[in-house]
Amino acid sequence: MRRTLLAILFFVALVAIWSALVRANIWSPILLPAPGQVAQYLAHAFQDGTLLTAAGVTLRRLLMGYAIGLTIGLPLGLLTASSKFVEDTIGVMALGLQTLPSVCWVPLALLWFGQTEGAMLFVVIMGTVWSVVIATDTGVRTIPPIYARAARTMGSKPLHKWIYVILPASLPFLVSGMKQGWAFAWRSLMAAEIYVTILTGFGLGHLLHYGRELNAMDQVIGIMLVIIFIGLLADKTLFSPWERFLHRRWGTGRT
Amino acid sequence: MSLQEELQGPPPAKLVVEHVSKWFQQKRQTVHALDDVSLEVAEGEFIVIVGPSGCGKSTLLDIIAGLEKPDKGRVMADNQPVLHPGRHRLVMFQESALFPWLNAFGNVMFGLKLKPGLRNSERREVAKFFLHLVGLKKFMQANVHELSGGMKQRVALARALAPNPRVLLMDEPFAALDAMTREQLYGDIQRIWEKRRKTIIFVTHNVREAACLADRVVIMSPTPGRIREVFEVSLPRPRDFNSIEIAEHASKLTAALKEYGAHAAATGS
Ligand SMILES: Nc1ncnc2c1ncn2[C@@H]1O[C@H](COP(=O)(O)OP(=O)(O)OP(=O)(O)O)[C@@H](O)[C@H]1O
Ligand SMILES: [Mg+2]
Repeated sequence: MRRTLLAILFFVALVAIWSALVRANIWSPILLPAPGQVAQYLAHAFQDGTLLTAAGVTLRRLLMGYAIGLTIGLPLGLLTASSKFVEDTIGVMALGLQTLPSVCWVPLALLWFGQTEGAMLFVVIMGTVWSVVIATDTGVRTIPPIYARAARTMGSKPLHKWIYVILPASLPFLVSGMKQGWAFAWRSLMAAEIYVTILTGFGLGHLLHYGRELNAMDQVIGIMLVIIFIGLLADKTLFSPWERFLHRRWGTGRT
Repeated sequence: MSLQEELQGPPPAKLVVEHVSKWFQQKRQTVHALDDVSLEVAEGEFIVIVGPSGCGKSTLLDIIAGLEKPDKGRVMADNQPVLHPGRHRLVMFQESALFPWLNAFGNVMFGLKLKPGLRNSERREVAKFFLHLVGLKKFMQANVHELSGGMKQRVALARALAPNPRVLLMDEPFAALDAMTREQLYGDIQRIWEKRRKTIIFVTHNVREAACLADRVVIMSPTPGRIREVFEVSLPRPRDFNSIEIAEHASKLTAALKEYGAHAAATGS
């Protein structure tokens, strides 16, 4: 309760400083609009539906790409950790591709898929998959072998072992890998949306882009705030419960 | 199988280790971990193995458990060769092998869930029974990291006992504990063993511990790992860890270990 209060106070102070800066008239109001103006834009965009539609489009792309990325990345990571052959082939490739900033996939995606939803999805998946593969692989490799040995003496067979020992044992790594994958997916999608216009749906990135084109600073800042808000929300709803569970069970520090 | 039978348990097993040798290929050299080790363990017997670090005690337990394959020789459990790990021979490992993603109860349930022929409600009953037996009834829902070292070992003991193995292989289970907790656990172990009559092979560096628990003490020496001598301890039970008889037996064991040039390593830990 006290921590929530503190957070609220902090942000109120932040907005107050912002207002004060606007009133001091150091920068042109075109470059630094008042908080009220940004709020007005947001209220307006919310009422006429552009904001919700855009957020919906963006989130649909993000969640779909992320889900596909996880579905590919998790098993692939398990494979690279358990087979030398896969490690030396796909593992090395994953390591290489993970270092590639995901925006770099955008030109390729455009050439392959054109200005379509497919291109967006592809960029998000590429942003997610490799970091999930690497995290899963590391997770499985760092499991103390004693867990698997103990399970075997109790009669655990390979499939059972994977489901009930290896996966839960690597959970701390999986969660941090999924979190990292999410961060990459989010960043790559925003980059793609700002960079390319796709007629099948305008996402938050597009609103940001048009804000710049129109010199509408209130829109730029407003959308940025929405993007930050969504990021925070995802963190709190998707990952915090898992992290709290890990904290309680493993006794590890919150990361 | 009724719950009552389940808690009574099957008869203990007879183990025969026949001319077992084992080599490990390490980066720089080949280690001869076990050399022609033979040992017969009667049903329900309590065997304690002592010997300096690196003489192959853990390796021998692994082979009996079926986790490692011997390079020569074999292990027979009730006249069947041991080829894989099996529920009838459970291990309490040298380091704590509790699963941190499960609570104490979940850890004890793990092996029980893998045991066919029981209803889930019976499994829960059995798990509760054993947590009770090791004195952790109040800590059933505790997470592993919330337990003290001694409590962890008790959970590990309950987990090993619950699926009702016929052989219990214990690798220095109490090495990391303070003297007080350890003595308490000696009492517990003897009580449980009397009640549930299992074949137990117990590894330790502590000669008093060996004298206190064992029907027979097996002394091993390193490079290569060999059995050097087997002592009978025919004191009545329950035995008091601090009694003079135990001390006398312990000093005999120490003398034997010294004779094989192993004294320093055996007591240095
Ligand atoms: N998996 C392994 N790979 C390579 N060498 C091994 C392996 N396991 C054991 N060894 C070697 O085999 C020998 C016996 O090891 P073991 O763990 O059985 O000894 P120990 O008697 O249990 O020692 P301690 O009392 O310290 O636990 C040692 O020299 C060890 O280095
Ligand atoms: Mg050992």
